[in-house]
Amino acid sequence: MDNSTWIAMASIITAGITIGIGSIGTALGQGRAVALALSSLAQQPDASATITRTLFVGLAMIESLAIYCFVVSMILIFANPFWTHVIAQATGK
Amino acid sequence: MNLTSDQTVLWRHGWVNLNETIVTTWLMMLGIAGAAKIMTRRLRIEGPVSRWQAALEIIVSVIMSQLEGVGLNHARKYLPFLGTLFLFVAISCLGTVIPGFDPPTSSLSTTTALAGCVFLSVPLFGIEDRGLWGYLKTYTEPTIIMLPFNIIGEFSRTLALAMRLFGNMMSGTMIVAILITITPLFFPLVMTALGLLTGMVQAYIFFILAAVYIAAATRPRIQETSHG
Repeated sequence: MDNSTWIAMASIITAGITIGIGSIGTALGQGRAVALALSSLAQQPDASATITRTLFVGLAMIESLAIYCFVVSMILIFANPFWTHVIAQATGK
Repeated sequence: MNLTSDQTVLWRHGWVNLNETIVTTWLMMLGIAGAAKIMTRRLRIEGPVSRWQAALEIIVSVIMSQLEGVGLNHARKYLPFLGTLFLFVAISCLGTVIPGFDPPTSSLSTTTALAGCVFLSVPLFGIEDRGLWGYLKTYTEPTIIMLPFNIIGEFSRTLALAMRLFGNMMSGTMIVAILITITPLFFPLVMTALGLLTGMVQAYIFFILAAVYIAAATRPRIQETSHG
């Protein structure tokens, strides 16, 4: 197999693994956060406004980790620098 | 199938490309501004208020109470900027009920521009409130070791802000577009309803995160402590 095939294969597989593994931790974290927020809502329904707002901000913070993984996999698929380098070399020669 | 509405070029002249995102954004801006102009035409303080005034008052006071809940010092000062962010993202999500409407927030360029506004406004509001030196000192809190991480965080949270909105809105329209080709009648409807919900949540998150960032850059509100 030549270079471009290797790079394409590695990029696609890595993109899948990145978003797959990256979302595991985020899913666990968000699940924990929502579960705790629900139980505290059940204990203190009066504080629901504060709890909901803090929950959303916290979820957004946790979610950004998964978003970084998403960005990396998007870059690997749509804007891969190594791939463009190989293509530029192939067409330049 | 197009990933974003950026790729649908409606008009081209030289290096000027007029794509669908720009057109829908401007149409939406015209619509929002026109509606606001018409709705605020007959405002009154006493006597029976019109329905539109009541609706606008509800929207503005809810946004205001959320801003105060985050801990902004002078929430009224930031209301125009943050409220506009919320209304823009929320209305562009609500627009998906119109067939053929591609929300401008499902293109990365729009969300990057919105996140860029937040990115610029945070130091501006911070410097205005604390002074230049006082604002720069917040980067070295809690210790000087955190300086590079605070600076990296400034950029990465802007990236996350843009990508979060883009990813959620783009996936929503994408799922509906795929489902229409597979199961045309019922399921796209359900997914559109779900997309409306996630869109509103994303609008809220975008707006509340911008408020939190500005609140972190400006001075914290002095809490009235009750003695005894």
